[in-house]
Amino acid sequence: MAVVFKRPDSLNDIPSHYCPGCTHGIVHRLVAECIDELGIAGKTIGVAPVGCAVLAYNYFAVDMLEAAHGRAPAVATGVKRARPDNFVFTYQGDGDLAAIGTAEIVHAATRGEKISVIFINNGIFGMTGGQMAPTTLPGVVTTTSPYGRDVSVNGNPIRMSEMLSTLDGPAYIARVSVHDVPNIVKAKAAIKKSFQTQLDGKGFSMVEVLSSCPTNWGMAPQEALDWLKNNMIPFYPLGVYKEVQD
Amino acid sequence: MARILMKGNEAIAEAAIQAGCRFFFGYPITPQNQIPEYMSRRLPQVGGCYIQSESELAAINMVYGAAGAGARCMTSSSSPGISLKQEGISYIAGAELPCLIVNMMRGGPGLGGIQPSQADYFQATRGGGNGDYRLIVLAPGSVQEAATLTGKAFDLADEYRMPVMMLGDGFLGQMMEPVEIPEGVDLKDLPAKPWAAQGWTPGCGRERAVINSLYLDPASLEKHNQHLQEKYDIISAKEASAVCEYTEDAEIILTAYGTMARIVKSAVQLARKEGIKAGLIRPVTLWPFPNAAFNKVLEGGNTKVILTVEMSMGQMVEDVRLAVEGRVPTPFYGRTGGMVPSTEDVLAEIRRLKEAL
Repeated sequence: MAVVFKRPDSLNDIPSHYCPGCTHGIVHRLVAECIDELGIAGKTIGVAPVGCAVLAYNYFAVDMLEAAHGRAPAVATGVKRARPDNFVFTYQGDGDLAAIGTAEIVHAATRGEKISVIFINNGIFGMTGGQMAPTTLPGVVTTTSPYGRDVSVNGNPIRMSEMLSTLDGPAYIARVSVHDVPNIVKAKAAIKKSFQTQLDGKGFSMVEVLSSCPTNWGMAPQEALDWLKNNMIPFYPLGVYKEVQD
Repeated sequence: MARILMKGNEAIAEAAIQAGCRFFFGYPITPQNQIPEYMSRRLPQVGGCYIQSESELAAINMVYGAAGAGARCMTSSSSPGISLKQEGISYIAGAELPCLIVNMMRGGPGLGGIQPSQADYFQATRGGGNGDYRLIVLAPGSVQEAATLTGKAFDLADEYRMPVMMLGDGFLGQMMEPVEIPEGVDLKDLPAKPWAAQGWTPGCGRERAVINSLYLDPASLEKHNQHLQEKYDIISAKEASAVCEYTEDAEIILTAYGTMARIVKSAVQLARKEGIKAGLIRPVTLWPFPNAAFNKVLEGGNTKVILTVEMSMGQMVEDVRLAVEGRVPTPFYGRTGGMVPSTEDVLAEIRRLKEAL
């Protein structure tokens, strides 16, 4: 019988710790499919963050490093400089990349570090139990913004793709979403483009993936995806923010 | 190699290159800037890579990445910068990665000052970051010894898969002395690192590399710590080192490390001219602490007092007291904040102790 759908080779066949309805699983699969389709598993080195994806090193069937919170771009820099012929990616959440690791991502980007960054933006600290993230939308209730995010007190959400696209170092920056199948298909194309950007030696690339967190948003999975579509996309517009042409 | 005049900072940098270090990640801070400056000039000449990071945090995490990828690599800083690196040092120790960290100490706490100091002894030897871990801490007493110990530091780091710290002070970094840099190693002769992240395919003959310090299961984390401790026990037994001078018949033993030990040695020599039987124990490894050197002089039976002299308010003296275990009095003399005890200051202390015997 012909196999029409299977687990990507670059994903290990083990149970994940992600919550039901979480979109991390989808993005993991897209990353693994791209690694498989580009035939780069044997030269891939991944860097996992601190956050919900901290255990990503168990899931991707490639050599992996687990970085300190926010430091994945610095760790990836060390790896890539030591092994320029390897393919190096980081997988980071919004607390990791847009709060504690802001300096590392900005400077990896502006150096034009030849790494690929997968940035999961679900507007919340998932692993620690639903605290406010730098990307939490105004008015949203979290465990540390119990009255709703008040921008006069907590400041404003940060749009990383727009910010990083002002720099000269990045070669490709895009924001995608995984709230429905057409967008998942587009997300995969962006991730593959990001990986190809590195393989072509063009420079830094990042794909920001708008994602849902049903558990900490307090929603059913479909409700969370709808909320993402109706609330996050207007604030975080999808699209390609930077693309260096040949 | 020829004997040339070099600053301590430059000698360490060149010795690192000769030892096969090709990757340096750092951030400027006085008084160690000659190390990154030298590396930025020399590493591109030898096919290496210098990166000036956005912060000390980033620098030490670049070291984590390069070391995890199997490269001989290092960073350097001075006291406040080393404080910033502690998070990464803890992760490097936890993930068992080899690297060299140089700390050319300046006065503290906080921003402190830029003059030489030895006030980071606790931070270096007790583990400045979180968790049960150790660094091998080397304390060179001259530019030549700094150059020689640099190669040894990389070898120890590789042998035990752990970070090694070179603990100097602003004097050592800034002063020029004649030095012969040890001959370079062939990169092909560096130890193989099959555990490193380098790209993996199933059936390639090794396990998939996971460079990590996270063990969510308490029993696994305890086991990991027991493994680290077993390693540290071996290092304590094998690697402790000290230089003893004039100790054979000494009644008054002085102990000091690094630059301070040179001043103390001059004071000991002057005391000897006055007929005072003084001697010097100079720890070269601060961790592991050379307890055996202290036991040896105490077992000799002549020693009546052991004076610790530091450019701090008294840090190494705690290790001295642990080693001496109350067998003789263990007073302390020190200056701090960039103030350096003079030979005369130390000699006066020796005379005072002699009178009290």
